[in-house]
Amino acid sequence: MDLTTTYLGLTLRNPLVLSASPLSENTDNLKRAQDAGAAAVVLHSLFEEQLRRESEELDYHMSHGTESFAEALSYFPEPAEYRLGPEDYLEHIAKAKAAVNIPVIASLNGASVGGWTEYARKCQEAGADALELNIYYIPTRLELTAAEVEQTYIDILKAVKGVVTLPVAVKLSPFFSSMGNMARRLDQAGANGLVLFNRFYQPDINLDTLEVEHSVLLSTPQARRLPLRWIAVLYGRIRADLAATSGIHNAYDVLKVLMAGASVTMLCSVLMKQGIDFLRVIEREMRTWMEQHEYESVQQLQGSLSQKNCPDPSAFERAQYMRILTSWRPPASS
Amino acid sequence: MSNKQYTTIDGNEAVSYASYRLNEVMAIYPITPSSNMGEWCDQWAAEGKRNVWGTIPSVVEMQSEGGAAGAIHGALQTGALANTYTASQGLLLKIPNMFKIAGELLPTVFHVSARTLATHALSIFGDHSDIMAARSTGFAMLGAASVQEAMDFAVIAQAATFPSRVPFVHFFDGFRTSHEVQKIHVVPDDVMRSLMDMDAIAAHRNRSMSPDRPVLRGTAQNPDAFFQGREACNPYFDACPGIVQKVMDDFAQKVGRVYQLFQYVGAPDAERLVILMGSGCETAHEAVDYLVEHGEKVGVLKVRLYRPFDMKRFLASIPATVKSIAVLDRTKEPGAAGEPLYQDCVAAFYEGVANGWTPFKTMPTIIGGRYGLSSKEFTPAMVKAVFDNLQAAQPKTHFTVGIHDDVSHTSLDYDPEFSTEGGDVIRAMFYGLGADGTVGANKNSIKIIGEGTGNYAQGYFVYDSRKSGSMTVSHLRFGPSEIRSTYLVSKANFVACHQPVFLERHDVIKPLVQGGTFLLNTPYSKDEIWEKLPQPIQEGLVRKQAKFYVIDATHVARESGMGGRINTIMQACFFALSGVLPKDEAIEAIKYSIQKTYGKKGEEVVRKNIEAVNHTLANLHQVAVPARVTSTEPLQPGVSPDAPEYIRNVLGKLALNLGDELPVSAFPCDGTFPTNSARYEKRNLALDIPVWDEKTCIQCAKCVAVCPHAAIRMKVYNPAALAGAPPAFKAVDARSPDWKGLKFTLQVAPEDCTGCTLCVEVCPARNKTEAKLKAINMRPQAPLRLQERENWNFFLGLPEMDRRKIKVTQLRSQQVMQPLFEFSGACAGCGETPYVKMLSQLFGDRAIIANATGCSSIYGGNLPTTPYAKNHDGRGPTWCNSLFEDNAEFGLGFRVSIDKQKAFAEDLVRTLAPSLGQDLVDGLVNARQTDEAGIIQQRERVAALKQKLQGNGSLEARLLLPIADHLVRKSVWILGGDGWAYDIGYGGLDHVLASGRDVNVLVLDTEVYSNTGGQASKATPRGAVAKFAAGGKQMAKKDLGLMAMIYGNIYVASVAMGAKDEQTLRAFVEAESYPGPSLIIAYSHCIAHGIAVDMGVGMRQQRTLVNTGQWLLYRYDPRRADAGENPLQLDSTAAKLKVQEFLLSENRFKMLTKSRPDEAKRLFALAQKDVDTRWQLYAHLSSRKQDVNGQPPKPAATPAAP
Repeated sequence: MDLTTTYLGLTLRNPLVLSASPLSENTDNLKRAQDAGAAAVVLHSLFEEQLRRESEELDYHMSHGTESFAEALSYFPEPAEYRLGPEDYLEHIAKAKAAVNIPVIASLNGASVGGWTEYARKCQEAGADALELNIYYIPTRLELTAAEVEQTYIDILKAVKGVVTLPVAVKLSPFFSSMGNMARRLDQAGANGLVLFNRFYQPDINLDTLEVEHSVLLSTPQARRLPLRWIAVLYGRIRADLAATSGIHNAYDVLKVLMAGASVTMLCSVLMKQGIDFLRVIEREMRTWMEQHEYESVQQLQGSLSQKNCPDPSAFERAQYMRILTSWRPPASS
Repeated sequence: MSNKQYTTIDGNEAVSYASYRLNEVMAIYPITPSSNMGEWCDQWAAEGKRNVWGTIPSVVEMQSEGGAAGAIHGALQTGALANTYTASQGLLLKIPNMFKIAGELLPTVFHVSARTLATHALSIFGDHSDIMAARSTGFAMLGAASVQEAMDFAVIAQAATFPSRVPFVHFFDGFRTSHEVQKIHVVPDDVMRSLMDMDAIAAHRNRSMSPDRPVLRGTAQNPDAFFQGREACNPYFDACPGIVQKVMDDFAQKVGRVYQLFQYVGAPDAERLVILMGSGCETAHEAVDYLVEHGEKVGVLKVRLYRPFDMKRFLASIPATVKSIAVLDRTKEPGAAGEPLYQDCVAAFYEGVANGWTPFKTMPTIIGGRYGLSSKEFTPAMVKAVFDNLQAAQPKTHFTVGIHDDVSHTSLDYDPEFSTEGGDVIRAMFYGLGADGTVGANKNSIKIIGEGTGNYAQGYFVYDSRKSGSMTVSHLRFGPSEIRSTYLVSKANFVACHQPVFLERHDVIKPLVQGGTFLLNTPYSKDEIWEKLPQPIQEGLVRKQAKFYVIDATHVARESGMGGRINTIMQACFFALSGVLPKDEAIEAIKYSIQKTYGKKGEEVVRKNIEAVNHTLANLHQVAVPARVTSTEPLQPGVSPDAPEYIRNVLGKLALNLGDELPVSAFPCDGTFPTNSARYEKRNLALDIPVWDEKTCIQCAKCVAVCPHAAIRMKVYNPAALAGAPPAFKAVDARSPDWKGLKFTLQVAPEDCTGCTLCVEVCPARNKTEAKLKAINMRPQAPLRLQERENWNFFLGLPEMDRRKIKVTQLRSQQVMQPLFEFSGACAGCGETPYVKMLSQLFGDRAIIANATGCSSIYGGNLPTTPYAKNHDGRGPTWCNSLFEDNAEFGLGFRVSIDKQKAFAEDLVRTLAPSLGQDLVDGLVNARQTDEAGIIQQRERVAALKQKLQGNGSLEARLLLPIADHLVRKSVWILGGDGWAYDIGYGGLDHVLASGRDVNVLVLDTEVYSNTGGQASKATPRGAVAKFAAGGKQMAKKDLGLMAMIYGNIYVASVAMGAKDEQTLRAFVEAESYPGPSLIIAYSHCIAHGIAVDMGVGMRQQRTLVNTGQWLLYRYDPRRADAGENPLQLDSTAAKLKVQEFLLSENRFKMLTKSRPDEAKRLFALAQKDVDTRWQLYAHLSSRKQDVNGQPPKPAATPAAP
């Protein structure tokens, strides 16, 4: 059985990739993932905003209350140097590279052009095999047009592509008026892969405190439907590789998104719930299913049910959605 | 100049640099103004910097200065090259060891930033009273007069101590030298090394204690031996001055700076001479140069080596033409024949003349005088006054200079207009707010000029004694020649006022010279500003034909993302206007300096600062100063006009920084001041104040409880009291069923609030339609000031609730009690003061407080005003600070004294029973004073007693009357921080707790020496970065509560108001009612923690801390054990969060992840382990069953078999 696939020009032993998550902060986890069958790892994200805030926060605290009172002209010793910015992250890349022999994909997270290119270059120098740009942006400013938001994505990608020779994937949100067009623009701007889709923290209201809170919600299997649709739509229509993320919780999910056209699947929530070793189960069940159904390789099934190749391309279009609704009947009331 | 390495640093850094380079063991302990020396050493060691010998020194923090001296003594006895650093009381604590070290001829240097000793008051500032108290120890004493000399003499003292075997105190004036920033030449490592006598060092090593060559030291000796032994060291002390001079000569040869033990400057044929030591020498030198230039025959003798006092060299240094001498001492020795240096000089002359060691055939006129106590200004004008005095037919001796003594008439008059400042020196003054970065920017400017140009530069900074909203005044000088002016700038070419609010009270124009430049940060434009200025400011600008510039730096800062930090903007303005450097060159230098200063903190900070500089010049505008004054607005007084006369006339002047104008008669003879004064200061610090939404409020009183400044209060009162209320005054029906029919008001003191937002943060109520609003919300103060001032005054007049009707353990009821601790100068959002305020509400009317030195003594008792207040009956806390180390003992003294007087009073009452009546006697002696009703009743009995005693002339009655008030139960409180309780005062605290006496100890635990700038104490938790623990605190926090509980008869509580306010309240009530020793350890968030958001969320931090289990809430009440219950009651639950969640929310921990990430991981993991282990222990202890004897209950007897 040939499970190999290619993603961002990298040949992977199978389509199972550990996605950017807290799991990848620890090199032991990376080793465990490799042993359990992961074909590549995406490191946790280096957050542009975090770096900027850390700089400001540190300056604030080191200067707050200083030079005001004769007995306490400062409150902290001032170290000769700090390990601020990407140093820790870069070191982590190097450690990850030393710890595993599967590809290590660095992840940069941010929302503006500034700062990114420098970090991207440093990630390349630190030995990353590829980069994933995790562009997040909640355009709450009502003056901002869709075109401006889209252009920012393109600008960031181009800026990064301009300074690195590594393959670059872009992790996207699904919230574009024309997702397909956006994917094509990124493809044309040089993206080597698209990771579909990003999941944002979603706010909630706490009825006890009457405060709005953010918390991490792990993905549910239902979430897989959205990337599946867009991967299927995009497959074969853009050059960039497609990676599926969100809601991939078992071998069948993996098989489905591969059939839709994904080159790889990114796994996070299921491993956080079931443990990293669950990768073994997924791979085993994939193999079993493929054997039972007489598939020879992943490449064989990849995209086989994309919009382009599926028996009913309209199934991926809006009409289908309508049909689900119309075929639905409320349960009989007793 | 160009071949030498120059730097611009302060005296402390200069000294610690040399000390660190040359030594290998440092024992340190914080005390102002010397703390920075230990901090530098600790930091350099943490960074792995090696000394000139190639090793990284060992720096050890001790529990007190006494401990540091002991450790140094041990290090010296075992052959180390060891130094320590201290000042003032710290030096006093070292004295016992100093006698030993000198007696054993152990080579060392104690670097002392000389500071006033506490007498009638504490002072952190500089004089020689500490040095003089140590002059009999046998230590050599070498005094530096400037920052350059401080570095040089640190090296010279070190070089002289080894060959002489005499230990040295190297001293320099606290603040004036320790904190003055000067451009100095750095003594190179090779020069330092070459000055050290390697053979003498080897001899020191070889003399050290070692079992390989055992010796006996520290013997006890009898009359037959001691005296001779004491004299055996004489040759070493005799040789010491010569050795010092030789080292000075070597130094001069290698470095070029010439020093003598007694250095004369002035006319070769001088007739009048002043003799002094310390930084005053520089001022005297400047004055003498000026006077000699103007034809006067005067001179100054600078005493460098004060001990051993080399009389022959002293006499040889004085021109034979001198006819009269004034010896100036920067100390006071009441009752002495004269101050110490004066006495030494007189004795030297007496012996010199008698023995023919000097060309003087007869004694010249020698007079003595005092100057500069507690950093009192010492100016050339005062030096001139001393010379003028020497010219008088009968010079005044034992005089003072620099004050106006209208009591003993010791003072010399001087002409404040007399100035010797050179025309080539640019002098600048900057009025800034602590938080706006003014001082930091000025230090930076000095560096730019000092290190980037050939000019000399000097900076000295005057700080406020309040920790919130404090004003700083920077005094800068730049010029082509060496700057000797060790006094404040009084004639400035450039004055900048960085905060427009200062113009309301301070005549900032006063020091500006004719035609000088005035720069103002103001929101008003160049066309609007003139009409906004008070009359004296306008008048000054017009009369002085000043060049006047404005900038809205606050706006520029905000636009550049700098928040309230206007420092770089105002710095750019200074360079643009002052002409110290060409404008463009200066701007480039600022940018370079920003990169250098902030680069390590990340690009974002650099970018914002540079952006701010880029936007500055376009916003800087010159104002055309009109020809005439248009304003009639006077400057505001220091305190409100309704203040009592003394507070108005004396403390009010101090509040305006005009205290120097007050004469001796304005001050009490024994340091006693009235309380109830902070309420008159009206500092108007807050830009925003809380405003009450009475419809949303649930009357929980949490905001009132947490307010660190007692600026938000509640009252519950009869509706009839609302008659005459101002129109905007708010009142609603009280919600509590206990207060049915009464009205409730929550009122803010608009001019006393600091705007910290703790109250808003803690408010649990939310507006139903707009959830971002709470029951109190911050609103701009300015438009509300007048209205709320009126409301506040009306509120104060509302009747207080009858204390008998208040439920003291229910917060919403208890908080109606009047706080007798209000409007302190503590940091905005202080975590300590809510506890002190609660104490004052509960027991303030009968509290007597012993307060250890530290934050709580500074916000409690630093002039001008005190937050301790009185109630309508004139009762309130009475407060005193003794020392840092003795506070528990001091408080125990209160208890013993009060108990004795109470017992005596009861005896006398019984004796006087026939005339007093048995009912009154029984009532007085058997009074139940465990609640408010009992206290009030006893007060009534005592009033009746006093009435009856008035007409009674018996001895018993006369003895009883002055102590009768002791019949009312007094509440003795011992307050202090963790530095006191865990470290320096622990021995005493332990003893006092073990005494069984009824004292209440409140430890305000900030987990760090907050007042001296955040040095680690034994209360500092593992993993925290603090000064003296720059590499992260290695050990776990000491469990003070557990140590006290072991005694079994001590009430112990651990509280955190922000986590559980009613637990805190119960702890206070239980502790006070417990008739034995009580200890409350109160977690206090602090500015030294670097709370992630700001101090406004301090109470939330406390909750998080308790939720991690790192701080446990408990109460250990021995009374429960008496009842057969477990005395330990845990009031917090098992951890809900991992410790790391708290650690990463405070800079003190988080910065370790930035400076030493691996170490942070290790220590944070250990910190979690500490918490887990401690929780298991406490859970076990609190769940144990025990009988009334504290023993596990015996198993029930097995029933007998039938």
